[in-house]
Amino acid sequence: MSGQEVFFAAIMVVSGISGALVVSSRNVVHAALFLVATLGAIAALFLLLGAEFVGWTQILIYVGAIVVLLLFGIMLTRAPMGRMALDNQKRVSAAVVAAGTFGVLTWLIWDAFGDERIPLKQVVRTKEIGASLFDRFVLPFEAISVLLLAALVGAIVLARKD
Amino acid sequence: MNLAWVLTLGALLFSIGIYGVIARRNAVLVLMSIELMLNAVNINLIAFGSWFQDKLAVGQIFALFIIAIAAAEVGIGLAIVLMIFRNRETINLDEVDLLKW
Repeated sequence: MSGQEVFFAAIMVVSGISGALVVSSRNVVHAALFLVATLGAIAALFLLLGAEFVGWTQILIYVGAIVVLLLFGIMLTRAPMGRMALDNQKRVSAAVVAAGTFGVLTWLIWDAFGDERIPLKQVVRTKEIGASLFDRFVLPFEAISVLLLAALVGAIVLARKD
Repeated sequence: MNLAWVLTLGALLFSIGIYGVIARRNAVLVLMSIELMLNAVNINLIAFGSWFQDKLAVGQIFALFIIAIAAAEVGIGLAIVLMIFRNRETINLDEVDLLKW
């Protein structure tokens, strides 16, 4: 077992446990903090797979912006505590659906890619990402920026008091 | 490192997100579960990207696009949640049933 596999096992345990706690915690703020742990572990996985820029972007955007936004949402909506207030009556059927999805996906993955290895040889540097993004993918990039602007204006219009 | 284990982690997080979307009734917690599902997709993209080792790094580019769309989604979603809370004094999703009969 190589060092990368040891690190991956640790990342898998941390993100799996904290992800399960995100959807089962009885306190909304604790759920948001477990979400931070999950996203941080996933960022570590990205760094392990050689995706340097995406890993740090994950930290910056998800942990820095989205979780803070979610905490503002929790603060402004006065969420109550306790299992009855946060979960509905469909927990058993939800668990069945989630377990079924996981079983089917895992069977499919291991059937298709069971013996493929990731050749962790090189790290993709930010320079290569930038060259690819602004050369081949410049049109989708512009479309995403227009979408972000529209979402920004829409969020302000929706949340404004008038 | 085995590709299938990384994809299994993605499938695990996606299933956890599905459970959260169905079982939670607080709208902010449902948004958190959707973030988990989007991250599972990102794991798949990065894993396949570093498996292919292509020159353009397409997997990482699309992961960046998904991160941007997730930011837009959570911004709009929280604005809608705030407006529902302002009008109905609740964000429990089974009490917001105006379009249901």
